[in-house]
Amino acid sequence: MHIPDGYLGPQTYIPLYGVSVGFWAIAQKKLKKQLSLKHVPYLAMAAAFSFLIQMFNIPIPGGTTGHAVGAGIIAILLGPWTALLAVSVVLIIQAIVFGDGGITALGANCFNMAVVMSFVSYWVFNLVRGKAEGGRRLSIAAFLSGYLSLVVAALFAAVEFGIQPLIATGADGRPLYAPYPLSVALPAMALEHLFPFGIVEGLVTMLLLKYFLKNDRDLVYALSVPSTDR
Amino acid sequence: MTTFQKKLWIGLLVMALLTPLGILLPDRFKAEGAWGEWSTEKLEKLVGYVPEGLKKLADLWKAPVADYNFGGEGASMTVQVVSYIGSGLLGIVACALAVFLVSRYITRHGK
Repeated sequence: MHIPDGYLGPQTYIPLYGVSVGFWAIAQKKLKKQLSLKHVPYLAMAAAFSFLIQMFNIPIPGGTTGHAVGAGIIAILLGPWTALLAVSVVLIIQAIVFGDGGITALGANCFNMAVVMSFVSYWVFNLVRGKAEGGRRLSIAAFLSGYLSLVVAALFAAVEFGIQPLIATGADGRPLYAPYPLSVALPAMALEHLFPFGIVEGLVTMLLLKYFLKNDRDLVYALSVPSTDR
Repeated sequence: MTTFQKKLWIGLLVMALLTPLGILLPDRFKAEGAWGEWSTEKLEKLVGYVPEGLKKLADLWKAPVADYNFGGEGASMTVQVVSYIGSGLLGIVACALAVFLVSRYITRHGK
């Protein structure tokens, strides 16, 4: 889902840079009040975890590869605003040092995988969990938050790819940037993320939440915020 | 550092050592790259041409460790596996450092 340079035209990548920078600014304001020294090591580990989990490319035999992002579990553990920053840090390092995802597309990639994914995960988790404090309901909530957040992030990327032929064509009528229309991009990205990549993200989210509930329950942000404060 | 945090850091190190699975499995199952992340050469094979605007932007940035590979194009699988572990470790250090700087900026800025 790391959109490379050249696949998005400036009409798409410039506004998405603006949106991501806007979210970073709000996150900075929010965290100024919340972020305590105690959390910094967890923030660092969250970023490192997201970086590493993205290196585990999952093959579809004879087809494409994809990977989990980790934003789902990070949003549940540390809150969506912290997750957004942690995953953005990862995406920036991946683009600059490892050429994974474009420099021009960085705003778009941060929007899809850091912003959209973190919030979808957090909302789905709270919605499904209801008032449950443990048990099967919490596990299902965690699985679905990881699963759906990756799928929705992929759909955003697919739309960004798919609208390129509509926005910009050359004198010869050929697309200037990503060449595939929505009718190709949407099903391609949706299907592979519905299965298998989303399943992996869901399982990672569920299993890690279980592990944290057992070891350091107080850390889990989504369970510590009073429902009126969400 | 608490014992729990120590455990988590060790878990991350183990993950870094296991990252080569992320290239060995796709190789084993003959899976190609991710959808929409094709090189210009691959894209030309797929659609028959390289879009004009895409061509101009594609090589904008030369990443120092492109594709998590220290060996450059045509590197052997062994070099790629070692590069992948190295990239994983480098990633941990880079993430920790960046988060530390960002956190310091956030907590000091405007207080």
